[in-house]
Amino acid sequence: MLQAYFPVFLLLLFGVGFAVFTMLLSHFIGKKKPTPVKLSPYECGIKPIGTARIQFFVKFYLIALLFLLFDMETIFILIWAVAFHDKSIQVFALIEMVVFITILLVGYAYVWRKGALKWR
Amino acid sequence: MQKTIEIFPENLELMTLNMGPQHPSTHGVLQLVIDLEGEVVRKITPIIGYLHRGKEKTAEVKTYHQFIPYTDRLDYLSPMSNNYAFVSTVEKLLGIEVTPRATYLRTLLCELARISSHLLWLGSQAMELGAATVFLYIFREREIIYDLFEAISGHRFTVSYMRVGGMARDIPDGWLEKVQAFTDDFPKRVTEYEDLLTLNEIFLQRTKGVGMISAADAIDLGLTGPCLRASDVGWDIRKSNPYLAYGELDWEMVVGTGCDVYERYLVRMEEMRQSNRIVQQCIQRMPDGPVNIDNPKVIYPPRDNVHKSMEDLIHHFMLAYEGFRTPEGEVYNSIEAPKGELGFYIYSDGANKPYRLKIRSPSFVNLQTLSKMCTGRLFADVVAVIGSLDIVLGDSDR
Amino acid sequence: MPLRNYPNWGLLVMLELFLISAIKIAFVVGVALGAMPFVVLFERKLLGWIQVRPGPNRVGPWGLLQCIVDGIKLFFKEEIIPDQADKPLYLLAPALVVIPAFLVLAIIPFGPTVHVLGRDINMSVTDLNIGILFFFAIASLGVYGIVIAGWSSNNKYSLLGAMRSSAQMLSYEISLGLSVVGVLLLAGTFDLRTIAEQQAGGFWHWYIFQQPLGFVLFLAAGFAETNRLPFDLPEAETELTGGYHTEYSSMKFAMFFISEYINIMTMSAIVTTLYLGGWTAPIEHGLLPPWLAGPLWFGAKVFVLIFFFILIRGTWPRLRYDQLMAFGWKIVLPLALANIILTACLVALDSPWWVFCLAGLAVIFVIDRIVTMLRRSTLRAA
Repeated sequence: MLQAYFPVFLLLLFGVGFAVFTMLLSHFIGKKKPTPVKLSPYECGIKPIGTARIQFFVKFYLIALLFLLFDMETIFILIWAVAFHDKSIQVFALIEMVVFITILLVGYAYVWRKGALKWR
Repeated sequence: MQKTIEIFPENLELMTLNMGPQHPSTHGVLQLVIDLEGEVVRKITPIIGYLHRGKEKTAEVKTYHQFIPYTDRLDYLSPMSNNYAFVSTVEKLLGIEVTPRATYLRTLLCELARISSHLLWLGSQAMELGAATVFLYIFREREIIYDLFEAISGHRFTVSYMRVGGMARDIPDGWLEKVQAFTDDFPKRVTEYEDLLTLNEIFLQRTKGVGMISAADAIDLGLTGPCLRASDVGWDIRKSNPYLAYGELDWEMVVGTGCDVYERYLVRMEEMRQSNRIVQQCIQRMPDGPVNIDNPKVIYPPRDNVHKSMEDLIHHFMLAYEGFRTPEGEVYNSIEAPKGELGFYIYSDGANKPYRLKIRSPSFVNLQTLSKMCTGRLFADVVAVIGSLDIVLGDSDR
Repeated sequence: MPLRNYPNWGLLVMLELFLISAIKIAFVVGVALGAMPFVVLFERKLLGWIQVRPGPNRVGPWGLLQCIVDGIKLFFKEEIIPDQADKPLYLLAPALVVIPAFLVLAIIPFGPTVHVLGRDINMSVTDLNIGILFFFAIASLGVYGIVIAGWSSNNKYSLLGAMRSSAQMLSYEISLGLSVVGVLLLAGTFDLRTIAEQQAGGFWHWYIFQQPLGFVLFLAAGFAETNRLPFDLPEAETELTGGYHTEYSSMKFAMFFISEYINIMTMSAIVTTLYLGGWTAPIEHGLLPPWLAGPLWFGAKVFVLIFFFILIRGTWPRLRYDQLMAFGWKIVLPLALANIILTACLVALDSPWWVFCLAGLAVIFVIDRIVTMLRRSTLRAA
């Protein structure tokens, strides 16, 4: 079974090789004339004010948590979908899924109402 | 009011971001120092002066005629309006009136300049929202207007076409027909742009309710031009204080009530149509007769006469060598330029150059409202608002 | 793969597997990397035609060599590593973006099974029985590279771009996963080859006709995943100058560029496989041998989708950040869930394909009406 993944492994090797090779090549054949200004971060032609390494306001932290929750559900639904063709469990599976998605929607509505889907 | 989830500390470090002077959407060399909290703008400070060329000071050492080319480079997207604003101020100081033909021609040219300026605004506004195609479309029409300007003045961009007392020269034969052809075609083009943007859902989302400014705030901050009219203030110098031929022509002032970027878009689009109407009426009513007043003390005599008449030669020499003198006094005159009220203030001590010249440029004043419109909004809105303010740094820095 | 039939797992088998895989990889990567300059050129040309200008036309006939020359130029460009950058991460990021882009190419079935030298060879690098899951897993890895690029550059624009990108990916990953469930319900497998084969026998078998709603949602999420306009916020040049790759130059910039276009091609290929019948012909003919007709049809369909990608770029403005998130969470996500229930019910009822089609179109129509009505009312109020 794992044989099917062998080409993926080969492709991975190729990808790494491609990235390393091209970057090294350009490293060696490109000219280099560094100056302090050239090596400073780009901030529209002005000396940067402060640094970019600050405590960044990530409102999206909450989104990341929501993503984890919903992605879990997605994985569950995907597998359910593939198994759905089995006629013997179909009605049961359908009811199950309606219940499941209803629960999901309740949580979704709660999150929406709590304002977690607001971005300003 | 429902309780929102608060999981973030109160006092966060703000990120100070420089936007400009080398930035794709700051219309030249505007620098904005923005304090960002995440993507929300907490404070925005425009820093201008990167294009300061000391025009007002330069005016003090140039004769009135010599200063005309400098006005081209104020709002370089509508040099005709700048030319007119300056020469009309000097004419007011001198107390002279131009010929009917010059009046109509100037009206026509100012409106063509308005169309050209609004077109560029449209393109950059759309491009800043990500729709690059509109930006290239508008250059078709601008190209025609450039050709028209080139045919009369010899220059496409910085025209320097108007003179105190008239124009540099009369228009060539067949020029009005070319303008007529352009105006016949133009409304269709405007409709084309509106098809691309007006009801585009994304465009609506990006502009509706963005950059709001109330009528009271707009007046307090001295906002003028289409931006003011979009905030439900019916103020247009062409209507309130008719100059040139505007009082005699049939056109409507466009006023919007939305106060937002979208309303400014609608107002400018309609203004282009109105300008087109004005241009068409100017063509129909264009009087015959001389384009310059008969006053060799102020305006150059015809070239032929200079070779034949001693007196004209002397006038020509004196005008070129020394320029004309104006009476002592001070004068302020303003016009409705495409971007707002453009005013020139001249204090004259009777010499052949102004003792002091001050330019009230619309971009400079309109830029004041930026902070009001952007604070508390998202970073992406700053770009949309700058686009809708339609500033030109040559105009604001002078 | 015939290898499963071999009783021994000998050296010869290994060699055979290696050779076959290597040839397939060479072909697929060759096509992807070879087509990329022409996709870029086609995009620039088409944008040029949309925007009443000629587009690149100086290098070679019709500018054909333009993108190749650009690539060579990038090789010779100066390599700039900013002083304050986190150097190891800064160098790692482009590789992290380009490697997943290549990996996803592995699972795309671009043609039927052919019989060569006594072996059945599938026209795809490999056929995983979890194909579509593999796609989700690997495609979302690309965001790591983008976030690392944005952070390690120590540039504020890059940081903002990276933040946008991660939030965008997070939001649309779910929509992408959920909108595909409709197809999975119909197909009953994760295997992309099987999904494509089920749609053979005429264009009316394509899943787009049974899943119009799912198709639209998947395409929207696909645009977001590939950072294309109107979802190109991470690199919105009028806001963030260059976005996450502001500080990158020469070949390291090219890595981001290459992976973006490979991602577009992959996304088009996946959409083709899931909804447009993959390599199968719209109408059964027999004019060409299957090993030729398959890849040709596949290429044609992918081309049409790429054309659509470019057309959108030429006509639409860009969404704002919060609007993009709202679109993903408040519109695409609920609709995808609705699509799942709808499809499941219809599958349980054994409905014919046109019922699926009508139901999906009806939902799209109703949503469109509601949105238009809401918009009209706000416009009138203003």
